[in-house]
Order: sequence, then structure tokens, then C-alpha cells
Amino acid sequence: MIETLGGGSPTSILTLPAPRRDHIRGSIGAPIKMLEYGDFECPFCGHAYPIVKMIEQELGDNLCYAFRHFPLTNMHPRAEHAAEAAEAAGAQGMFWEMHDLLFENQNALEEEDLARYAAMLGLNARRLIAEVLAGAYAMRIREDFKGGIRGGVNGTPTFFINGIRYDGADDELLAALTRAAA
Amino acid sequence: MNKDEAHNEMNPAGRRTVLSRGEAAPDINLRCTPDQWLSLKELRGQPVILAFYPADWSPVCGDQMALYNEILSEFQQFNAALIGISVDGTWCHAAFAKDRKLHFPLLADFEPKGAVARLYGVYRDDDGVSERALFVIDPEGIISWSYVSPMGVNPGAAGIISALEELQQRKAA
Repeated sequence: MIETLGGGSPTSILTLPAPRRDHIRGSIGAPIKMLEYGDFECPFCGHAYPIVKMIEQELGDNLCYAFRHFPLTNMHPRAEHAAEAAEAAGAQGMFWEMHDLLFENQNALEEEDLARYAAMLGLNARRLIAEVLAGAYAMRIREDFKGGIRGGVNGTPTFFINGIRYDGADDELLAALTRAAA
Repeated sequence: MNKDEAHNEMNPAGRRTVLSRGEAAPDINLRCTPDQWLSLKELRGQPVILAFYPADWSPVCGDQMALYNEILSEFQQFNAALIGISVDGTWCHAAFAKDRKLHFPLLADFEPKGAVARLYGVYRDDDGVSERALFVIDPEGIISWSYVSPMGVNPGAAGIISALEELQQRKAA
């Protein structure tokens, strides 16, 4: 059964990676679990992106990292389509590749850019764009968003370390994760 | 229980008791634009979320009001009205709301400065601004939940949603 983040869910599922629904890098059994709620057009998420990459390298098998969508669509008009594109790429087996491309190209998130990234990854770009325009994954993204609100997300990015919201600076994230492992 | 709910009812300075669950919400009648006024009484019959915050123009993506703006549709599912309130004047609010594309009213607790924040027990005398404080008021005008966040921490909306869910369950019972 696919886990959902619907009403009545225990808080833990809102703040910890959920293996049967989330996009996860690393092993779910890793001692340090980090869940990010992010927005592909948010400059603060863009700032955190290379830090997260570095942390993944640093912590290796000790880290389980999951990403959920929290598009702030009033502030970031391209964030919803970018999230849709990541999900649509995920449906073709390349969520993380698209996730990385989007964060590396935050200033180019128009429809033609999304199609270009799909082609770069060797995906069926026509299918991807059709799904983005149809909002094929809108429900899933909404569920991430609503789960985030209930879990205590207070802006983007919000990180949860082993289920606890991290309120510190991005640059101190690695130290906080290392402490969580101890 | 969400960690937001576990907070005590005194403000961090400990000088004044923050109004809390079961107390009647003092009426408010303040300007929401340079030529319009809004009173709490007008909103009787629906839940009201009253969000005190220190000042307009805090940093963009971590901004509490901008976050609430994004989740207005969630609040609306509970038929709840959201009101932001700070000691900034109406022209400042207008510029802030326009810049952040806010779709809910901001009240100016401007003259006498902080009078409403004082009524709710969330004024910081030393700083001349209000606490970052949340109140959920039921359709009859009684406070059903209140929370004061540390100044630098955006409290998010988890506590608000829990309080609105409780009101909804109470109504259904």
C-alpha cells in the first residue's frame, strides 16, 4: 500500500522519510534521516542545494535523504510546474536527475526549459510536458504541501533531522546532522 | 502533540500574561487600509486566526505572512478568516502587502501604538513591537488557542491547523 499524508496521519510521517511514497537517496535504515521540504524556484533552496550535496558525500551510507515539494506559488510562479516536471521525470525513473537540473538552473524554469532538461536526460519530453500541463502530479504535490504545513514547515527550505525541525542556518546543517548521529 | 502547542502562556519577558484558551477575545477596531477599518466583531460566526508579528519586511522566503498567504486555501477550508497585525502604519502595510501579493488584511496597531497587542498581552515594551503571537478565535469570539513564538522563529501553521481541526470537531460533535 502506498503511504499517504492525509488527515489523521501520525506526525512522524510528516517529518520523517516515508519509504513507500517519498523520493529517497540513501538507505531508509540509515541512522540519520533528513527530510527536506523545498521549492525549485526558491533562492534559499538553491543556496542549500550544494550544501545538501556536500552533506550527502560527507555522510555517505549514514544518511537517508528525502525531498518533498513545498512550492510557494504566489512568490514563485514557476515553482509548481518545476515540481510537476520533477514528478513527471520521476514517473520515467529520473526524479533526482531532474531535481538536480532544476536546482542548478533556477533562473530557467519556463516550459521550454523543462522540455530541454527532459531531452537532456533522455526522457520522453513530449510526455513530460503533457503531464506537467495536465497537472498529472498536482495531487501528489498538494499532499506533500499539506503534509508539510501539518508537520511544521515554516518556509523553504525546511529540513527535518530525524523528525525534528531544524531551525538553524544551512551552513551549520552538517554539524547538526553529525550531532544527530552521535 | 505538536511541539508548537507545548508552549507556555507567558510571553518570554514574563511581564504580562498572554490571553489564552477560554478567554473572550477583546474586540479590535483598526485600520486595514488608509481609509478602511476592520473590527473583529464583523467576523463573528466564523473562526478567526489573529497573527501578531513584529514588523513588515522581514526576509522573503522565511517570512511568516508570505507563508500564510500561500496556505490561505487551507484556512479557508475551515471557513477561517486570517488577519495579520503589527504596529506598522497602513501605508507601510499597503506597500508590504502589494510587494508580497498578500490576499488577506493587515491591521495597523499604530495609534495608540501597540494598544491591541497590549490588550492581548503580547506587546514588547523594550522593543516597541508585538511578539510573534498567534490566536485562534472561535465563531463566538472566544479564544480557543494561543501561542507565542520565540521572536526569531517563524512558527509555521501546524498549531493553527490543529486548533481549527479541533473547532471543526467540536462543531460536528
